[in-house]
Amino acid sequence: MPQNNNNHPRRPFIALRGVEKSFGPKPVLRGVDLEVMEGETVVVLGGSGEGKSVLLRHINGLERPDAGEVLVGGKRLNALSEDELFPVRRDVAMVFQLGALFDSLSVFGNVSYPIREHGERDEARIRRRVHEVLEMVELHDDVAELFPAELSGGMKKRVALARALALEPKAVLYDEPTTGLDPLVTHKINQMIRGLQTRLGFTSVVVTHDLKSAFMVGDRFALLDQGRIRFSGTADEVRTTGDELMREFVATAL
Amino acid sequence: MLDRLYRFLDQLGQIGILTRDFFRYLFRRPFESRALIDQLDSVGYRSLNVVNLTAIFSGMVLALQMGQFLEKFGAKIYVSRIMGLSLLREMGPVLAALMIAARVGAGFSAELGTMKVTEQIDAMRALGTSPIKKLVVPRVLATIIMMPILAALADAIGLFGGWVISVTQLGVSGDYFYNSLIQHVELGDFTSGLGKSIFFGYLIGIIACFEGLTASGGADGVGRATTSAVVAASISVLISDFFLTKLFLAI
Repeated sequence: MPQNNNNHPRRPFIALRGVEKSFGPKPVLRGVDLEVMEGETVVVLGGSGEGKSVLLRHINGLERPDAGEVLVGGKRLNALSEDELFPVRRDVAMVFQLGALFDSLSVFGNVSYPIREHGERDEARIRRRVHEVLEMVELHDDVAELFPAELSGGMKKRVALARALALEPKAVLYDEPTTGLDPLVTHKINQMIRGLQTRLGFTSVVVTHDLKSAFMVGDRFALLDQGRIRFSGTADEVRTTGDELMREFVATAL
Repeated sequence: MLDRLYRFLDQLGQIGILTRDFFRYLFRRPFESRALIDQLDSVGYRSLNVVNLTAIFSGMVLALQMGQFLEKFGAKIYVSRIMGLSLLREMGPVLAALMIAARVGAGFSAELGTMKVTEQIDAMRALGTSPIKKLVVPRVLATIIMMPILAALADAIGLFGGWVISVTQLGVSGDYFYNSLIQHVELGDFTSGLGKSIFFGYLIGIIACFEGLTASGGADGVGRATTSAVVAASISVLISDFFLTKLFLAI
């Protein structure tokens, strides 16, 4: 694809322009504008039910906007069919809230799933890649034969992360990566997200309502309120902002 | 009231779209042969007990009732041809379909519904695979293939049940039962039943998958999806049976 030759560092890899989305009569997004630069980690903050996940799901085409446009790597996703989204989803991986691991497959089956589905047939190469990504999330090969039901919450998150990394994505979307985890595991997962991000240099969008986690992983922060991005800035800007809701958010979190 | 009608039509439209997608992905390579074999096993082989039990008891009770009624007119020798017609044309295919609607419809909708509410369906899409191809095609294809086979089996076992009752309870000779059956039942009676069951198989499969894929909420959402899958599939079988019968009789 000729659009993908942009190695310029400060170019938005992901851009949402005036994105609107309703479910039935209920508007969720009312004109979201958000740009994520290449290699940058943007954290989308906001209360529960504000539509943070819905926003995230627009970036890999799981949802289609009612109005506005979604651009990923210069490609406009709005009108793409599920088939046409195939290469986009190879580039943009997603880590789901509760992992969304396939119950019927082992850890190995889960992590190798995207590799197989994107055409790899060589078993040795599949095995090697699964080993590599499991190592990245600090899991040993002996968990490979376990099934999701046998894993703890933190392990599920790691496997989900490994599955997302399997195809060497250019961007990773995280939906509430630390929800439901205890503080120690939360810390560990955040470290891992940050570490992988710096090591592999991919673009990330993280959705969370946990400001502490947000500060650990993010370069830039955006606050979603009533269907719009109300505030956007760096960590320092978040701490010194005059925006009332953002201040409230900071005050209650720290 | 208008609202409910609107919702019903909307769902009908969505099932139409799912059907279109089913056919679109049906012939697309690579074929999910492993998944299809698993489903054939779970829809067909594992349903044998429940279908066989239903068929044999229905056949026996039909013979008892018919026998008692026909005896009043001294006509109990007709029991086998009446049973042949009613079982092959209606009861075999419909009873088998109702059992499959319950057993398989609940299974499909609960499984897909759980996958939906735990975001596994979304994960499939996000990983670049089609849930239609991976989940819906093998399941619907399995019910379409297995339904006529199970119906044929239900026919045979139901008739066997009738034969046993006729011989032991009604005093009709076994040979007579058999010969009169062969003489009066035509191939068309049998094939019209099987023709209908292919359609029943499609209905059960597609409705159950649709309910599963559109489940929302948590465990209660899956519960609701399962209930409506079984209810909708059973009712569709009975309603479509009427119209298909009308169609087959017209031909």
